[in-house]
Amino acid sequence: MTTTANSQPLAVSAVQSVDATTMLEMYRLMRLARALDERMWLLNRAGKTPFVISCQGHEAAQVGAVFALQRGKDFLLPYYRGLAAVLTMGMTSREVMLASLARANDPNSGGRQMPAHYSKRDLKIVTQSSVVGTQIPHASGIGLAEKIKGGDAVAWTSFGEGTTSQGDFHEALNLAGVHKLPVIFQCENNDYAISVPMNQQMAIESVADRASAYGIRGIKVDGTDVLATYAATQQAVDLARKGEGPTLLEAKCIRLTAHSSDDNDRTYRPADEIKQLRDHDPIARFQVFLRSEGILTDTNERELTERITSEVNDATTFAEQSPLPDPATLLDQVYAE
Amino acid sequence: MAEITLLESIRTGLDEMMAIDDRVFVFGEDVGKRGGVFRVTEGLYEKYGPMRIIDSPLAESVIVGACIGASVNDTLPVAEIQFADFIHPSFNQIVSEAARIRYRSNGDWSVPMVIRAPYGGGIHGALYHSQSIEAIFCHIPGLKVVAPATPYDAKGLLKASIEDPDPVLFLEHKKCYRLIKGPIPEEDYRLPIGKADVKRSGSDLTVIAYGLMMHYSLEAAKQLEQEGIDAEIIDLRTLRPLDVDAILASVTKTSKVLIVHEDNLTGGLGGEISAIISEHAFEHLDGPIRRVCGPDVPAMPYAKTLEEVFLPSVEQITDAMRELAAY
Repeated sequence: MTTTANSQPLAVSAVQSVDATTMLEMYRLMRLARALDERMWLLNRAGKTPFVISCQGHEAAQVGAVFALQRGKDFLLPYYRGLAAVLTMGMTSREVMLASLARANDPNSGGRQMPAHYSKRDLKIVTQSSVVGTQIPHASGIGLAEKIKGGDAVAWTSFGEGTTSQGDFHEALNLAGVHKLPVIFQCENNDYAISVPMNQQMAIESVADRASAYGIRGIKVDGTDVLATYAATQQAVDLARKGEGPTLLEAKCIRLTAHSSDDNDRTYRPADEIKQLRDHDPIARFQVFLRSEGILTDTNERELTERITSEVNDATTFAEQSPLPDPATLLDQVYAE
Repeated sequence: MAEITLLESIRTGLDEMMAIDDRVFVFGEDVGKRGGVFRVTEGLYEKYGPMRIIDSPLAESVIVGACIGASVNDTLPVAEIQFADFIHPSFNQIVSEAARIRYRSNGDWSVPMVIRAPYGGGIHGALYHSQSIEAIFCHIPGLKVVAPATPYDAKGLLKASIEDPDPVLFLEHKKCYRLIKGPIPEEDYRLPIGKADVKRSGSDLTVIAYGLMMHYSLEAAKQLEQEGIDAEIIDLRTLRPLDVDAILASVTKTSKVLIVHEDNLTGGLGGEISAIISEHAFEHLDGPIRRVCGPDVPAMPYAKTLEEVFLPSVEQITDAMRELAAY
C-alpha cells in the first residue's frame, strides 16, 4: 500500500473560480458514475453481463479533468476506467448501459467490444482497444493534426500507471514534447496494474517524474480531490491551447474494486486495505466538503439520490429491452460500405 | 508520354495529392531535408514545409499511432516506414488499431491513412533490409494491401490509396524503384484498389505474380515465346482484397497456374490463391497448381551467393512454366 497523496482524506481544495452550481454538477456526475458502476456489478452477478471493469475510486480525477475540457471541441481518449470521464463529456446513462449489455444500438461499438471501451464520434470520444497504451500515440497524433491545421483543440488521454511501462507511452510523450503538441496525458495512478504494485512497475516514486525525460511539464495531483484535479487540468489545457505544449498529469487515485469482475483482489491485497481506502473515497470527500460549505443539504442530496436512482433504473430497463445485434451484421463495417 | 521510374511515379503522386489537398501530410524517418533514404520525398520538404513533410522520431509505433490519431482529426496522413523490415514495432498499431477501428466502433470512426513501406530484396540488404512482409498483413481484415509493379500503376494506386476511407499498406519494391521505368500520362488519373491487371495475354498457362516477381515472370514469358509457349501474366497489384474474378477468369482460360512470390513459401499468398482456385475453378484445372517462392528461411542473407539463391530467378520461373506447359 503506497497511497500517500491522500493524507488529509476529508479536505477538498477550495477553488474560487468554481461556483456552487458547477460543484453540484460535478458531484452529480461522480455520484451517477458510481451508481451506474454499482448497477453493472449487480447485472454481472445476476448473470446479465459477463464482464465489468470499474471506475470506482477514479471519479474525482475524471470529472475534475474533463470539466476543464470543451465539449464537442476537444478530444477524449479514455482507457477502460473512464466511465466518469465519458459521462462528463456527454455520454448518457442509457448509452453506458447499452454497452454494458452489448445491445445493437450501443453507440460505443454496437455490442462488439467488451463493456467500458467507450467511443462516440459526435462527442469526440475516440474508440479504444484493450491493448493498454495504444491510445496515447493517437492522442499525440490528434495534437499533431491540430497543429498542422492551426486549430486550438486539445486531446486528453488517460491510462493507468502500469501502462507507463509500455513503449507507446514513451514514444507518444516524446513526440508530443518535440512538437509541443496540445495533449494532456492523465495517468490515473491507483497503485495496481491488476495485481502488480507500483514498486514492481517502476523504480521511481511518481509517474509525473517521467515528464522531465520528454521536456514536458509533469504535475502530480490528488486524484481523489475533484477541485484540485480540475484546477490542475485547466491550467494544462490553457497552456496547451496557447501552443505551450503537453502536460503529464499524474492523478493519484484509489481502486475500490478488484481489477475487473474476473479478478479476485483478495489474493494479492492486504485484507484491510480496501477498508482504509474507503476513508479516501473521492465522493465521500466531496460530499463532506459540499455539506460544510452549505452547498449540499439533506433536501437537495435526497432529490439527487432519487434522480440518479431513477436514471439508472431507466437506463437499465431501456438497455434490457433493446435488441441484441442481428447475427447478420457480423460482416458489416470491416471496410467502408 | 514521359518515361519515369517507379520511385519518381510515387513522388509525383504524393506531390500532386499534396498540391490539391491540404489535409495530406507525410510523417516518417528522414523524409524532411534528406528527402527519405530512397529520396522518394526529395524536394517536397522545400515545397510544402516542415508541417507537411515531417521528420518523425526514430520510433515506428508512434509513426503509425500518431497517423491514426491525425486521421481521426480530419487529416490524410501518409506514414513512411523506412524499410518494411522495420514495420514490426508498429504491428500492434496497424493490426490492433488501424485495421479494427471501423469495425470496433461499428462504423462510427474510420482511419483513412496510407502506410508506405519499401519491401523486397535483391539489393544486398540482408535480413533486415530485404523482407517481404505482405503475407503477415494480408491476413488482417480491415487492412488493404497494395503492391504495384509499374510506375503507371504505382501513381494511380497511390492516389487512390490516399483517397481511400480505410487504412492502406502501400508496398514499394526496392529493386524496382530505379530499375523499372514506364510511361505516365500527363492527365490526372486513379486506379481502383482491388483490381488485378493482365500484363501479358496468353493461352497456355497463367502466371500470377506482383512486384519484382511480376517483371521476372514477364521476362520468363518472353523467353518461352520462342519455344511456342504462350503465357498469361496476371499482375495482382492489390494483395488484399484479391481480385478473385481476374484470377478465376485467367485460370478458366488457360487451365494451368503458376504463382510466383519472393515472400516465404509457407503461409504466403500463393497458398491462399491456390485455395481460391481449388474451391472455385477445380474443374477447369489441367495440372497441379505450382508455386515458385522464397524459401522457408527467416530472411534473405547478405552474401551474394546466398542472396541469389534466395531470390526466385527468371530461370527458375522459366523452368516451372515450361514443366507446367508440358504437363
